[in-house]
Amino acid sequence: MEYVVTTRELTRKFGSFTAVNNLSISIRSGEIFGFLGPNGSGKSTTIRMLCGILEPTSGEGSVLGYDISREPEKIKQKIGYMSQKFSLYDDLTVQENLEFYAGLYSIPYSQRKKRIEEMLRMAYLTGRENMLAAHLSGGWKQRLALGCAIISRPSILFLDEPTSGISPTSRRMFFKIIQELAAGGTTIMVTTHFMDEAERCRNIAFISNGTLIANDTPDSLKNNVIKGCLVELEVTGAMEKISHIEKLPWVKECSIHGPLLHVLLESEAHIPELERHTGGKSKKITPSLEDVFVSLARQNRRQVS
Amino acid sequence: MSRILAVLKKEFLQMKRDRLTLGMIFMLPLVQLLLFGFAIQTEVKHIPTVVFDQSLTWSSRDMLDAFSASGYFDVTCAAKSYEEVTEMIDSGKVKAGIIFPPDFEEKIKRGDTAPLQVLVDASDSMVSSSAIATANSIGLLKSQKIIAQKANIQNMPYDIRVRPWYNPDGITAYYMVPAILGIIVTMTMVMMTSMAIVRERERGTLEQLIVTPVRPFELMIGKIIPYIALGYLQITVALLVGAIIFKVPVRGSLLELYLLTLFFITASLGLGILISNIAKNQMQAFQMSFFVLLPSILLSGFMFPREAMPVIIQYIGNLIPLTYYLTIIRGIVLKGIGFGYLLPQVTSLLIFSVLLLALSIAKFKKKIA
Repeated sequence: MEYVVTTRELTRKFGSFTAVNNLSISIRSGEIFGFLGPNGSGKSTTIRMLCGILEPTSGEGSVLGYDISREPEKIKQKIGYMSQKFSLYDDLTVQENLEFYAGLYSIPYSQRKKRIEEMLRMAYLTGRENMLAAHLSGGWKQRLALGCAIISRPSILFLDEPTSGISPTSRRMFFKIIQELAAGGTTIMVTTHFMDEAERCRNIAFISNGTLIANDTPDSLKNNVIKGCLVELEVTGAMEKISHIEKLPWVKECSIHGPLLHVLLESEAHIPELERHTGGKSKKITPSLEDVFVSLARQNRRQVS
Repeated sequence: MSRILAVLKKEFLQMKRDRLTLGMIFMLPLVQLLLFGFAIQTEVKHIPTVVFDQSLTWSSRDMLDAFSASGYFDVTCAAKSYEEVTEMIDSGKVKAGIIFPPDFEEKIKRGDTAPLQVLVDASDSMVSSSAIATANSIGLLKSQKIIAQKANIQNMPYDIRVRPWYNPDGITAYYMVPAILGIIVTMTMVMMTSMAIVRERERGTLEQLIVTPVRPFELMIGKIIPYIALGYLQITVALLVGAIIFKVPVRGSLLELYLLTLFFITASLGLGILISNIAKNQMQAFQMSFFVLLPSILLSGFMFPREAMPVIIQYIGNLIPLTYYLTIIRGIVLKGIGFGYLLPQVTSLLIFSVLLLALSIAKFKKKIA
């Protein structure tokens, strides 16, 4: 498989603050690459560097074979980018927004009408061409922004938290579109906080404080990151019992998930012991991605401090 | 080309949707000209005047009638001494004083020159200049009448000696209307374009714009062309108001005026777009354009004659596009001169435009932070 994005020890500092620290990642052609991490961990900074709008402090990166510091304008011809804020022109209509970007990407006049119709269909915006962008609700806006970003049919699409702040229905609709694009051969790098979206990525990179912590497929992350046996514990007064459970010598981690506790034991053999100690009922589960990331974030925090 | 057109179309659309700003652009020349213009007119006509007539003859009354009939002088009171005249002008009760000598009529009858003194409060330059001009022309007219009636006259019959007080320099009223036009155009052009880039930065649309292949010059050109159209619209409104309401005639070629105005508009736009590139937010852009506008009003020769300024201030004035445009527009509108006389001004404006625009393009980086 051919890599379309690669970075080597990519670093960006803002004054004394290191936003991205020696990041090395590779993205294969045609995959959905999930980029995860807490707020302020350097996700946006990385994407901006890859789009050629932010100069790296050190290290290097290439997108579609073009160097991100030396040939940013060549990269810009071929990529699509959607920033967190869906930067549309509120005082232009849906149609006018699309026309503007069609012009900026120099799409031949003969193809513009067709291409815009295609975008409208893709974004489920047909019939709303003449609505001002300001009057669209969050989900619509976000799909219009996507339409503007991919009107030039870029081979790579960078999406910076495209689904924050919109309804679950819109979110699902949006991710379906993303998956269709990927099936059509577009490489997609997407940052998200939603685990169901992360599950659908081919590869995931998890960063914290600008440093890459894990980079693998969702499945192998779930199987390999967490060492031990994860159980779901149903117990009364879960909140009060966390600190007690955490102190047990064979308990590695304990966290709350809704009304239940997720407890990580050293081995399966400790299950009866746990039930005896807490008087609750427990069940062995396979860790979800969320468990993986909670665990990764904890490990990282421990290392830092 | 496709990209310039795209930016251009978008800017036009946004301009069209921004009704408030568009309304301002039309109303600005109208309201400003009416305010300034009428203020000038009412002040200039009906100047309160005191008379100290020591002659009290038919000749002096005839001359006084000529002054009143001009509409510029309203004889509101009579004085009994020279001191009284001075005192009334000093206190501001009147703005002009007419003094007839005791032997006014005798001198005319003898064929000598009859002197007549007109004192003008020139602290208000608008008042003084029209008063001076009127007084002089009245004297000339009356003299010509007498010359026409009598055959052998060696001396001018009347000698009107105007003494402008407090401020020997004067600006005529007509001077103002074309100058206001210049001010309005700079004001709108600089302020509007100073928002052009920084607004996109603030709204977050700039980030999306700089990941596209658009080149800085395409963005700048596409952004300023709509404003050129707007500038012309404003000038047309202002010229119409000037011509219809204030009867300011355009003595020179209108075509030439429109043509040369282009360089002034582009220079102002260049200034605005440079501000927009430097400013971090719209508030800063607004303050910076104000910083540019104030000297434009004060140092360009709009308010005060540049000749009366210290040399160093004149040099600073040379750095303001309006300075050159005032010469151009006053030259064409009032003096009726053409391009040939205005070459240095046009060249300066052209240099301004190119320099400012080039600087803006160089300053605009397709990067954040």
